[in-house]
Amino acid sequence: MQDVFQGAQAMFIIGSNTTEQHPVFGTMLRRAVKNRNVKLIVADPRKIDMVDFACLHLQQKPGTDIALLNGLMYLILENGWHDQVFIESRTEDFDEFKIVVKQYPPEKVSKITGIPVKQLYQAAEIMGTIKPMAIIWAMGITQHIVGVRNVMTLANLQMLTGNMGIPGGGVNPLRGQNNVQGACDMGGLPNVYPAYQSVTNEEARRKFESAWGASLDNKVGLTATEMIPGILEDKIHALYILGEDPAMSDPDSAHVRHCLEKVDFLVLQELFPSETSRYADVLLPGVSFAEKDGTFTNTERRVQKLNKVIEPLGEAKPDWEIIKELAMRLLSRQILTPDSPYAGWDYENTEEIMVEINSLTPSYAGITYARLQNGEGLQWPCPNTDHPGTRILHIGKFARGVGKFAPIDHIPPAESPDDEYPWVMSTGRVLYHWHGGQMTRRSEGIMKVYGSALIEVNPDDANRLGLNGKQFVRVTSRRGSIQAEALITDRVPPGMVYANFHFPEASANELTQAVLDPIAKIPEYKVTAVKVEIV
Amino acid sequence: MTINITFNGKAIQVEPGQTILQVARQNEVNIPTLCYHKDLSPTGNCRMCVVEVKNWRFLQAACVTQVTDGMEIETHNEKVTKSRKLSLQLMLANHPQDCLTCEASGECELQDLAYEYKIEAPGWGTKGTRYTVDSDPNPFIRVDMNRCILCRRCVQACAEIQVRNVWGVARRGIDEQIVAGADTTMLEAHCESCGQCVAYCPTGALSNKMSYGKGRRHQIKKVPTICTYCGVGCQFDFNVKNGRIIGVSSNPNSPVNGMALCVKGRYGWDFIYHPDRLKKPMVRQYLLDGKTKPTHYDPKCPDWGWVETDWEKALDITAKKLGQTIDSHGPNSVGVFTSAKCTNEENYLMNKFSRQVIGTNNIDHCARL
Repeated sequence: MQDVFQGAQAMFIIGSNTTEQHPVFGTMLRRAVKNRNVKLIVADPRKIDMVDFACLHLQQKPGTDIALLNGLMYLILENGWHDQVFIESRTEDFDEFKIVVKQYPPEKVSKITGIPVKQLYQAAEIMGTIKPMAIIWAMGITQHIVGVRNVMTLANLQMLTGNMGIPGGGVNPLRGQNNVQGACDMGGLPNVYPAYQSVTNEEARRKFESAWGASLDNKVGLTATEMIPGILEDKIHALYILGEDPAMSDPDSAHVRHCLEKVDFLVLQELFPSETSRYADVLLPGVSFAEKDGTFTNTERRVQKLNKVIEPLGEAKPDWEIIKELAMRLLSRQILTPDSPYAGWDYENTEEIMVEINSLTPSYAGITYARLQNGEGLQWPCPNTDHPGTRILHIGKFARGVGKFAPIDHIPPAESPDDEYPWVMSTGRVLYHWHGGQMTRRSEGIMKVYGSALIEVNPDDANRLGLNGKQFVRVTSRRGSIQAEALITDRVPPGMVYANFHFPEASANELTQAVLDPIAKIPEYKVTAVKVEIV
Repeated sequence: MTINITFNGKAIQVEPGQTILQVARQNEVNIPTLCYHKDLSPTGNCRMCVVEVKNWRFLQAACVTQVTDGMEIETHNEKVTKSRKLSLQLMLANHPQDCLTCEASGECELQDLAYEYKIEAPGWGTKGTRYTVDSDPNPFIRVDMNRCILCRRCVQACAEIQVRNVWGVARRGIDEQIVAGADTTMLEAHCESCGQCVAYCPTGALSNKMSYGKGRRHQIKKVPTICTYCGVGCQFDFNVKNGRIIGVSSNPNSPVNGMALCVKGRYGWDFIYHPDRLKKPMVRQYLLDGKTKPTHYDPKCPDWGWVETDWEKALDITAKKLGQTIDSHGPNSVGVFTSAKCTNEENYLMNKFSRQVIGTNNIDHCARL
């Protein structure tokens, strides 16, 4: 993040409401624009706060990112602004990619995206002529049925302009949760062990089998968005949920509740009774971040030390202790190879767990508590204890060797507005709240500023509907209906509403659909066809 | 290329382009400051850092005056000290003598300097309370402009760190005052409640409502940690008194964020003590009775009632039920949701738990949501 803040000469924010979702990084970007005159382009269907700092706002229709990006690359190629040296020395499959991009002339792109042709030229010129340019993106890019394709298209753009592997450039995904990076790094995914070692890779499986002294399954497991519907398909009979609230954060909440009701056994380890806890059979009281030790990994792969500040409240226990207790009880069922180094679970503290992580996770091998205690943090890959950590990836070489251009076509969203549901709804969070709202709805001051759900409606639409001042609207999709106060604002364009999922009484996820990207299995939260009425 | 200057009678060589204050700090000479902060651009308005430069007509503010070749600088002579004392006296004349109840006592830079320079509030000053105490409805930030010394650090922190420009200076002369927006409330002036202005305020003019009256600097322990909200990974200090968190303060050594935090990080921590917190394990009545699970969710049905229990019982029941599920439907009938809010160590254990103990790769978390 520091390299973008200090070194980028141009920035392209697409699908990230940075000042509300990653507020401190958002202020760093504002400072870069203000102090260093960095050229900022924001592509977002909404006029988010960051637009105030942009020299150009590309207001694309939701779900048209690939067309927009291909259109920009068309103009970059046409004007010869691409980085030929980078393309020749560091990439492959450029010609196949070019054929697809050539099908996106500005007039056609303008028609698909709704962005004026002139703005496409302006944006392409900035992107093609100013270096380094950093792309900053978040869930606005990934929460589509074309999430993976969107990301690959952004990588195409950065390879085309030679902005990969340089300070102030690159693709910079902003991870949402404080430790979503770490949860992925640690194998909290159905297809990989820690450090992305594939469960289908024979060698990786053997490594973990001999470390843990157990035989391991060699098939990829189910994702969260597959496990919940899997209950009705008789695939899933028991769920162990740690600190998550699928009844709030998963798409199509009514269906999620229906599934959770049918599961044979649900154990939930949580801070608070949540929307999900209604369906739980056992509730185990975990603790907040202030009551335990450990490490978090931030969006730039920086591992930092979390320190225990206070004792756990009541009889609550640090989550690692609960997992350990449960494992010890079930472990006797397993036939383990007793002399395997990490077969056991008798951890005395979190540092002992980190030692085990160090030996099984190559990218974390050099990240020890002794090194983290000074508060600095280390960015992985950090392969040994003398290694200073890695600030920037892909310098001189990509992980796979050469960068592969992927020819990618625009695909319209799964659900488009029609006569019955003529509006588009997009979802997200607001500055004052966090995700399903279990924490921020229990913060007194925050509730004073933002105490109930608001649905953003454009002033023209408000006029048409006859909305005036503080009135409630009902937003309905094919899956459900919510009512909340309308916030009349030109942040949203006409024909679009924006809703959040912080409040269970009016959560946007009652309306969203569980259509997934075929590879990443991420739901399309950013485009839902709805209708809007005054209550 | 270096230049030659005389610094407190000693000839030294320094890099050009630096301010006198920077040179002093490099040479471990303590020039007092109030409006100056290393993160903010210097304004030279509090006059505490004045120094004498030989042959210059007036005392110069060290924070904004650059060194030039041949400069002879005195930082602590009689003339300089007298000026600083007078500046302090003028500030105290316009500042309430309420250190007894002031939140900032013990970490107030004005208090420290008054003590160091042995200044009492002058009898001819002290206009008393001019402004409403706690004048702004912002739920996080307590505003008491009576304590303001017009250093403008809040104005700059908002403009230069947060880049939001909420604070400004209104009126002239004795009526000069710091105001939000066009003298509105902070939230009306599009304040994002980040509290950067509080973190940079040298006195008690801006303080944190949530911590007010709960503990002062000498009573608290500061424990550095990482924020629980987004993926930026900001560090801050929790302020702890008698084993209880009373507030958050910026930790200037934070590698990612420096002094900056957002509203959730700085003020969104009180959920920790919310009465809803689960403090004991709970199981459904039907599990204790050894009955089968009712087919439909019905909160009124006694079998569904929650019963508080001890850890042994809750964990035994959980292990038994998970074991039974594996026995009757196989390990892949169990799904594990790990958590992007939990630590690396906990996520590693959940991965080990699923794969080694249960025997399934059905593990995921909310990365996609």
